[in-house]
Amino acid sequence: MSANLEQLTTDARKRLDEQTVRITKLHFDPQEGAPYWLEQAAGYDFDPLKDVNCFDDLKKFPLFEDDALRGGPVTRFLPKKWHSEPRYVFETGGTTGVPKSRCVVRDHWIDYEEFSKTLPDDKFPPGSNWLMLGPSGPRRLRLAVEHLCQHRGGICFCVDLDPRWVVKLLKKGDVQGAKEYADHVIDQAETVLSAGHDVKCMFATPKLLEALALRLIDKGSSIAEAGITGIFAGGTEFTPQWYRFCKEELLGPDVYITPTYGNTLMGLACGKPFDPADNYKITYYAPQPRAVVEVVEFDDYSKVVDYGETGRVKLYTLTEELFIPGFMERDEGEREPPHEKYPWDGVSGTRPFHELAKATTVGVY
Amino acid sequence: MIEIPVIRWGQPYESMDKEPVVHFESGEELAVVHQANGGLIKMDMRKADKARDILRQFSVEDLCDMAGKAAEFYMEGTLPLGSGTQSPQDFCKMQSATTGLPEHMCAGNMRKNAYVLQHMKDVLQALTRRLPFEILTQGYGTEPGGEVMMSYQANTNVVGMVLPSNSPGVHTLWMPVIPLQIGLVLKPGPQEPWTPYRMYEAFAQAGVPREVMSIYPGGPECGAAVLETCNRAMIFGGTATVERYHGDPRVQAHGPGFSKILLGDDMVDDWEKHLDLMFDSIYVNSGRSCISCSGIWASRHTEEIADALAQRLGPIEPKPMSDPDAGLAAFTIPGAAEAMHNQIEEKLSEPGVTEVTAKYRTGDRWVHHERHDFLRPTLIHSESPDAFLANTEYMFPFASVVQCPQEQMLSKIGGTLVASCITKDKDWSRQLLDATNIDRLNIGEVKTIQLHWMQPHEGNIIDFLFRNRAFQNSPPPAH
Repeated sequence: MSANLEQLTTDARKRLDEQTVRITKLHFDPQEGAPYWLEQAAGYDFDPLKDVNCFDDLKKFPLFEDDALRGGPVTRFLPKKWHSEPRYVFETGGTTGVPKSRCVVRDHWIDYEEFSKTLPDDKFPPGSNWLMLGPSGPRRLRLAVEHLCQHRGGICFCVDLDPRWVVKLLKKGDVQGAKEYADHVIDQAETVLSAGHDVKCMFATPKLLEALALRLIDKGSSIAEAGITGIFAGGTEFTPQWYRFCKEELLGPDVYITPTYGNTLMGLACGKPFDPADNYKITYYAPQPRAVVEVVEFDDYSKVVDYGETGRVKLYTLTEELFIPGFMERDEGEREPPHEKYPWDGVSGTRPFHELAKATTVGVY
Repeated sequence: MIEIPVIRWGQPYESMDKEPVVHFESGEELAVVHQANGGLIKMDMRKADKARDILRQFSVEDLCDMAGKAAEFYMEGTLPLGSGTQSPQDFCKMQSATTGLPEHMCAGNMRKNAYVLQHMKDVLQALTRRLPFEILTQGYGTEPGGEVMMSYQANTNVVGMVLPSNSPGVHTLWMPVIPLQIGLVLKPGPQEPWTPYRMYEAFAQAGVPREVMSIYPGGPECGAAVLETCNRAMIFGGTATVERYHGDPRVQAHGPGFSKILLGDDMVDDWEKHLDLMFDSIYVNSGRSCISCSGIWASRHTEEIADALAQRLGPIEPKPMSDPDAGLAAFTIPGAAEAMHNQIEEKLSEPGVTEVTAKYRTGDRWVHHERHDFLRPTLIHSESPDAFLANTEYMFPFASVVQCPQEQMLSKIGGTLVASCITKDKDWSRQLLDATNIDRLNIGEVKTIQLHWMQPHEGNIIDFLFRNRAFQNSPPPAH
C-alpha cells in the first residue's frame, strides 16, 4: 500500500469511528432515539451511549436479524428526531407474506447524491435525461434514481416492473407469461427511447438491459444509436462475464456501464472504476462512513477474512435515519483492499451465499 | 488441467466464468469448463440461420456419410478437447468419473451412439418412410414414380438440446440433427460435457463445418436461453419439467419413462420363462434410463415373480467403476440418493406394499460415501396398482411387481414410454395397439431396453423438425 493510500485509509477509518459514535448516540438517545433500539438497549449488558467509542465496538451488538423489519410500526427504526418530517416507506422482498420495510426521510436522496459524485460527467452529462428501467412500486429504487437524475439536472422517464409478479409467474412455471411481461416492459422502454426525449443515461437491471439491447439490435439499432452514453446497473447478475459481454458485444465501446451493489438497508455501493488490468473483476466499495461492507468468515461472523479470501458479506448502516450494527447479507464474495478513490475495504465476486443459493430466485428482472 | 471453451458457431470462446468438473470419488478436478451467459447465447442465435444455409451445401447422403466417419473418430480417435486431447479410453474414464456410470457402461453407450451414426442413412430412411432426402433439402418434390407434389418445411434452422448430467444414453436423440441439415446448439449437463465436445470434434474431423454447431456450458440461464431462442428444442428432466413444457410444440421434454412389462393372463403361468427378460429390463444400464423397467404387472403369480427377481437383484453390490462386472451407477449429486431412499421407506408403510429384496440383501439399500452414494437394487411387491410405489421410477434398479387384473391394466398404468407385453391374446393385443398412453409398444419377448434405432422414440424427430404442408407450382388437375 502506498504511503498516500495508507494515509487516506487512516483518515477514512477515523471518520468511520466518529460516524459510529455520533450515529449510535443518536439512535440510543433517550429522547430523540429510535424506539426499536431503545427497547433493545434494555436487554444489553453494555451501554451503547458509553461503550461504543469506535467502529469495532459495534461487535458488542448481536447480529441484526432483518426479519425484525417485517410489519409495523415502520417508524420504530427511525429516530424520534425525524418523526415529524415527511416520511417514505420502502419495501424489499414481499413475494409472499409481510415484506421487510424501512422508513426513510432523506437517506435515499443522500445516498444517490453521494453516488452521483462517482459518475463521469462525459458519460452521464449533467442536464441530460434518464431512463429508469426497473422496479418501482414500494421499492426505493425509482424515487432514488429519479432524484439522482434531478440532482444532475435532468428529467427521469420511468418504466415500471413488478418483480413480485415475475417471481409468482416463475414459481408456477409460467415461463411464457414471464417472457410476455418482460416484452411488455421492453416495449415501453423502446417507446421512451424513440420518442425524442433526449435520454442519455440509464439505470437498468442486467436482464432488462440485455433484453432492451437485443431488441434494438434486432431492429437494426443499438443502445448507442438510441443515444445512451452512460448506464449503471446492479445485482449479483452483474458478473465479470456479463460485464465483458456488455462491453465487447452488447453495448459496444462508446457506452459506459458501471456496476453497483446495494439494497434498501445499506444504500448503494459503487464499483471500482474499470481498469483493463482487473480483467473485468468487479469490486464494490460501500458508501463509507454511511455504510460499511465486511467480508467475514463463514463460521464466525465476527472475524474478517484476509484480503483475497472468501467469506460472507456483512453490512452495517450508520445513517441518521437507520442504525444496523451488523447484518448478514445473502451474498458471499472476496475481501478486497482499499483503493485510492475508496480508501477502505471492498468486496469482489459477489454471488448468492452458497448455503442459501439453491432456495433463492435470483435476477427475475 | 484441460480447459474446455464455449463453442460459438465453431469458434472457441474463453469465458470469465469457469467451473471445474470433478471426479466424484476423489474430488480431483478433471477439467475446467468455460461458462456461457444467457445473453451471449441470445446474441449468437441471431445468426442461427446461417447453420442451415451451410449444411444445405451438402446433400443429406453426404452428411450421413460424414456421420459414419464421425463414428470412427468418436470410437477410435484421440481427439482435441479444449486445451488437451482425449482418447476413447480417456473418454470412458472421464465420463464415468463425473457421471457415476461404470466404465463398461460408458463404453456401451459409445457403441450405441456410434451405431446410430454408422447407420444414419438407414435411420433417416426409416423415420421418413423413404422420403427422397432432396425433398427435405429443397422443401418440396415428388415421390419417385409419383406425380403428387410433397412439401416438408423445416420448423427451425437449429435444434437446441438442454442435456442432462446423469444419463449419457440420451445423446442418440440428437445424432440425426446435423444429417438433416439443421444446426445444433448443445447445452451440456454440468457433469457430462464429454459427449457433446467429443461428438462435435468427431463431426468436424469428418468434414462437417464447425460453424453449424454451438456448445454452451453454463448455468440454468443458459438452458433457458436455448429453449427461448431455438424454435425446436429438447430438454431432459423430471416429471415437473415434462409437465411444464406439455403442449408446447417448440419443446420436446424427455423425463421419466415409467416403462413396464405387462404379463397377459394367457402367458403369466409361464412367468419363469421370462425371468431373464424381466431382470435385464430392470437392471441393465443400472436402471438409469427412461426405458428401464420400473413395473411388472400381472394378475397372478406376482409374489412368486417378485421373490424370484429379488433373489437375483437383492445381493447385487456396488463395485469399482473400472470393474467390468460393475452393475450399479453412483449418485454424484449430494442428497439425491438419500432423498429417494427416504421416500421409498416412507411409502413402504402403505398397506399391501412390501419390499422383497430386503431379505436377500446384506446391508442397507442406501450406501453412503463421502462424495457419492449408491442405492442397491430394490424390488417391491404391491397388491394394488393404486399404491404410490406401484408406479414410481427412480434412477437405479428399482421396480414394483404389481398385482392387477388384466382388464384394468391399461387404465391403471398411466403414461408408459415402453410397454413390453407378453401375450398372444389377439383381443388384448388389439387393445394394447389402441392404447394411446403407451409410446413404444412391444408385443412379444422384447426387453424394454431393446430399442430398434429405425423406430421413432417419443415422437418421430422428422415430425418434430419438419412440417408436412401443401406446396403447388402449377394448377391442380381440373375437377
